[in-house]
Amino acid sequence: MERNNQLQRQVALMRQSLFDQGYLDEQFVQLEELQDDTNPNFVEEVVTLYYRDSARLIASIEQALDKSPLDFNKLDSYMHQFKGSSSSIGGRKVKTECSQFREYCRTGNGEGCIRTFQQVKREYSTLRKKLEAYFQLARQAGPRGAASRST
Amino acid sequence: MVSPSMRIDEGCDLDSDNSVLMREKLAVLIVDDDAVVRKVHEKLASQLKVAKQVQTETATNGKEALDLHLSGSSFDIILMEMDLPIMDGPEVTKELRAMGVKSMIVGVTSRDSQVEKTAFMVAGLDECLEKPLTADKISSLVETLEKKK
Repeated sequence: MERNNQLQRQVALMRQSLFDQGYLDEQFVQLEELQDDTNPNFVEEVVTLYYRDSARLIASIEQALDKSPLDFNKLDSYMHQFKGSSSSIGGRKVKTECSQFREYCRTGNGEGCIRTFQQVKREYSTLRKKLEAYFQLARQAGPRGAASRST
Repeated sequence: MVSPSMRIDEGCDLDSDNSVLMREKLAVLIVDDDAVVRKVHEKLASQLKVAKQVQTETATNGKEALDLHLSGSSFDIILMEMDLPIMDGPEVTKELRAMGVKSMIVGVTSRDSQVEKTAFMVAGLDECLEKPLTADKISSLVETLEKKK
């Protein structure tokens, strides 16, 4: 029991730090509020979908960045999608880097796109690692420790 | 390509004070090519406590949305993403209105261009909202829908 309480406290702290450090925003809370007994793993399911979508979009953008000359419309369209789904799960830092990339697309700055894409990937990778650790700990802590809004 | 999917949720229990006035069913169509967005918006819609039954369906592009209507489906609310493959949001909206579809069509977009949003509204939307949708935004749509009854 004591161990479980400790784990739940750790889960809560880990969750709070994701917000405090700017990795997540209010949209993640919206997802947590949608989680209920009929869908007890809703947040993790959505995030898993996001990983799958993201892998596809990142690969597409990488391919597009290899072409010469760069097709900024295509790049912008892919990044618009990536920004959209990152935004849907509350991925704040990823979303910011996506916006920066799109700015470079608008101004036709190829070097800026290439440079910023590295940052997009870095932020995405960091967010993914942190969320995976969070959900793993939440599972260990048990149902009460699962992704849920702290009061 | 993912085919349209439908789910039905029990909207509210009958002990609610408004059960006598509550509509039997609310049908919501979510049109978006992003699986994450579809899943979130579908869940948001299914949580609405405004009908005894909330039925949600999804379509991944504009053409699928149109085909659903051509095959006889109808909805109370359509959440329509602006940027869709094959047939985009404004195009589908125009077609649906030309067909005589009177549903509440709500544009959903993460674009911040006022020009594009206005063009989307002109295509026949009742409202245009920014993505991502929240529980509050969806609830206020239903309030508007109820007022129009």
